[in-house]
Amino acid sequence: MTYVRDVGALARKDLLLELRARDTLPAMLLFVVATFVVFHFSLPAHPSKLAASGLLWVAILFTALLGLGRAFLPEQEQRVLDGLVLAPCDRSAIWLGKSLATLAFLAAAQVVALPLYALFFRPLTGSQVLGVALADVGICAVGTFLGAMAVTTRARELLLPLLFLPLAIPIVVGGVGAGVAAEPGRYLVFLLLYDLLFAVICWASFEYVVSE
Amino acid sequence: MLTARRLGKRYGEKRVLRGIDLELPRGGFLVVTGPNGAGKTTLLRICAGLAQPTEGVIERAVERGQVGYLGHEPLVYRELTAHENLELYGRLYRVAERRERIGMLLERFGLWDVRHERVASYSRGMTQRLALCRVLLHEPELLLLDEPYNALDEAGAELLDAQLAELRSERTFLLATHEPARVEPFASGRLALAA
Repeated sequence: MTYVRDVGALARKDLLLELRARDTLPAMLLFVVATFVVFHFSLPAHPSKLAASGLLWVAILFTALLGLGRAFLPEQEQRVLDGLVLAPCDRSAIWLGKSLATLAFLAAAQVVALPLYALFFRPLTGSQVLGVALADVGICAVGTFLGAMAVTTRARELLLPLLFLPLAIPIVVGGVGAGVAAEPGRYLVFLLLYDLLFAVICWASFEYVVSE
Repeated sequence: MLTARRLGKRYGEKRVLRGIDLELPRGGFLVVTGPNGAGKTTLLRICAGLAQPTEGVIERAVERGQVGYLGHEPLVYRELTAHENLELYGRLYRVAERRERIGMLLERFGLWDVRHERVASYSRGMTQRLALCRVLLHEPELLLLDEPYNALDEAGAELLDAQLAELRSERTFLLATHEPARVEPFASGRLALAA
């Protein structure tokens, strides 16, 4: 229970910071809306199911990257991460709290993005929405972990996409498959397994990311 | 409480610390002095467990949660209020009677009236006072204080003197400073680092 309370306190802190500073969610929203508008006017009318699904995932991934790149900035700004690392709580709670807050931002961006996608391109299917939800979990788990690694480096804006995008390829494969395949079930299972596997890896190894 | 043998630290080619031996018994008060770049901050970060030595060994007879570390940065969120910052740390450090303890510290350090204002609106001195509240919040056994008088006005410095005097007999201190005369009455030992 103490662990859950620690995670809750850390996630609540991130939501409060965003509510005050408003520098992550508005940027994500603006980016995803602008991306769909640009695609809408630059692509031919009625793109194929596969092409439309592909551009949905391009928008989701790069919107997520925008949020992930900023996730640890408040900690970096005043070296607050040192204070959190010294606290007697399990260090993985820092990762989990941050992942949950980032997941909330990404979900909030998608509340706007998904209807817009349906309006501009193709109606969404149930399996597609479920695929996006499962992918979000994986994106936030892996991206937050890599964000913590990248934030201490000088080239963090370059390093995060370099590390994250190759690891996100299975998410894109699963997400596109869940949207276009005749039997999306196996792609959803694939996304679920990805989430479980990478969440466990990130949870178990976060301690080493924040230790010198 | 803290023992270091032949402690050294390198950042790439640059050597920051070399051959440091120190013995800090429980209840001791060690003052670390030295010019800029002598490695005082690095030594304190190693003692806190925030950095690892590249040479030598360090032994701490204290758990992570019983260390209070004051660095150059206040380690508080600028967009949160003083109260929210201390509330967060209080939860993470499992402070008993958290509200009372936070209220007492804020009042003692003269931040009670501004406790609901964002830290971003504080002066450097007020932020340092808040950082001291954060360090003392969980009543740590070992206090690692890096230039604690930085940015404090005379009233703030006197408050800190009073805190050190009150805690001197109960806690163990490792304090780095450019003003050793100020803490001389509390000191049980001195470590001078060379550049």
